[in-house]
Amino acid sequence: MTAFVSTFFYRRRSLAVYLLLVPPLLWFGIVYLGSLFALLAQSFYAIDEFTATIVRRVTLATYAQLFTQRANLDIVLRTTQMAIAVTLAAAVIAFPIANFMARHARGRVKAFFYVAVMLPMWTSYLVKVYAWRLILAKEGILSWCLAALGLDGVLEGVLRTPGIGGPSLSSSYLGMFIVFVYMWLPFMILPIAAALERVPASLLAASADLGATPAQTFWRVTLPLALPGVAAGSIFTFSLTLGDYIIPSVVGAPGYFIGMMVYQQQGMAGNIPLAAAFSVVPIVLIGIYLALARRAGAFDAL
Amino acid sequence: MSAAIEFRDVRRVFGAIVAVDRVSFTIEPGEFFSMLGPSGSGKTTCLRLIAGFEQPDAGEVCLDGLDVSATAPYDRNVNTVFQDYALFPHMSVLDNVTYALRVRRVPAAECRRRGEEMLALVKLADTGARRPAQLSGGQKQRVALARALVNRPKVLLLDEPLGALDLKLREEMQLELRTLQRRLGITFVYVTHDQGEALSMSDHVAVFNSGRLEQLDSPQALYTRPRTAFVARFVGGANVIDGRYAVRAEHITVAIAGAPVPAGAVCIEGTILDTQYHGAVRRWQVRTADDQLITATRPESDTAPAAREPGARVALIWARGHQIPLMAD
Repeated sequence: MTAFVSTFFYRRRSLAVYLLLVPPLLWFGIVYLGSLFALLAQSFYAIDEFTATIVRRVTLATYAQLFTQRANLDIVLRTTQMAIAVTLAAAVIAFPIANFMARHARGRVKAFFYVAVMLPMWTSYLVKVYAWRLILAKEGILSWCLAALGLDGVLEGVLRTPGIGGPSLSSSYLGMFIVFVYMWLPFMILPIAAALERVPASLLAASADLGATPAQTFWRVTLPLALPGVAAGSIFTFSLTLGDYIIPSVVGAPGYFIGMMVYQQQGMAGNIPLAAAFSVVPIVLIGIYLALARRAGAFDAL
Repeated sequence: MSAAIEFRDVRRVFGAIVAVDRVSFTIEPGEFFSMLGPSGSGKTTCLRLIAGFEQPDAGEVCLDGLDVSATAPYDRNVNTVFQDYALFPHMSVLDNVTYALRVRRVPAAECRRRGEEMLALVKLADTGARRPAQLSGGQKQRVALARALVNRPKVLLLDEPLGALDLKLREEMQLELRTLQRRLGITFVYVTHDQGEALSMSDHVAVFNSGRLEQLDSPQALYTRPRTAFVARFVGGANVIDGRYAVRAEHITVAIAGAPVPAGAVCIEGTILDTQYHGAVRRWQVRTADDQLITATRPESDTAPAAREPGARVALIWARGHQIPLMAD
């Protein structure tokens, strides 16, 4: 009987592959995409202002509310700016680390770096956010260190800067930015390191051999070949920042972010259509970002 | 005129391994110079020392009479054709070829003209717009060659460039490389483990063995007068008798044991282990009484059928004049 089953599947190998694919496809198709579309469909409904009930009729009123009300538009812009800043900073900080891990570190040093990059992810996310609130607090360890170094004037100057400053680091956009970059850095380092690992050392040798200085080799060979990794990492940092609601509510200035708005509208206000409309924004932004990255040739080396 | 390349007592150590052990030699301008040896013999490290990817731990590497031991690869007028071609996958073929010009900020029009000229030289005139992934192995090889030659280097280094090609293509490329080298007059330094390739293409061959330079000679001298047992065995697979002298397989006659030995000839008797038919010749493997393995290759018509059977007792006969005395290892 088992022999019959083995023979049956051996003769129809593609059938076995499809059978194995059915459970994950069902999960992805029904549970994930299904609920996503159910949510998105809600964004085309609107709420009745007086009865606070959802009117199940297709309308663009919710989107109009999202894009015409100054407060809502500010939330979208604020979140997008933060996501762009966090992504750029994470890429700039991650690249040298990933480059060292992939190209220079060997043996135990390399293992240490990979573990060190992933180790923070083993700790609870909330613990890290609250720890950062303490680090960045007015009388926290960071301001104490800066004071000990005689740099407290610099910190005060930075905190007085409009837009990014505030009464303390833990209640400023700068503090929020620092926490975001810290949180998502591993998601940027690992894809870049993976991309750099795949670049044969002989390509860099060939570039030097043909007369390129190390800087020219970086801009013309290393970076273009690592771009798919940078693109993958930046999709993580960009979308994670767009969707997060815990960091903006624990650290930073009082302004709302998209994630907080989704949480509040669907959890407390019961305005599921507006929450759904807000959650469409990151999806659209990521789509635009991917199209731009593709246009810029980020995936040519794939 | 100073030598194109000179090694003076060069040593390169990786941990406990001495990759290049006090090597000295000179390469003259315009010659086709091969570095031959088994893997791990130090030939590729020598090439990397010339290119600048390695620095010597002791001694000097000179280009054109100047010590370049501490000069970076991008400041040396030397280019390399890599074993795996190392073509940039994200650039077109033309952009690959013109890379050396573009990093030196040569105007775009001149880059294009010289790049296309180079592609024509390697017979790939209409492939400039393609990506390296769309080329065959032989075409990639030619692009790598064009890319390394575009800046008109004084020395071209080739690191087993034909290793990945099939036999027919390899022979074609050998001929083309030799023709190209004569035409351009550039010094070629060619690393290979294939002794046939080294003999047929080179003006001089340096034979390497475990980090040391065993012998540097013209192909003819290397073949007819190997100095050490290693060179005798590695170049042309000569028999080393008693560790003292070498005899080439084609100089050994196989006869039935007890056959008369001509005056001035040497005879060793042994048992046939096996023989193989190679068309033009047959190859015998014979074990002697003192357990030496000797190979003889003769036209089949030269021998009696009885002297071809495995297990048969045979006499191996060669003229004393064909014995090549060897230095002790």
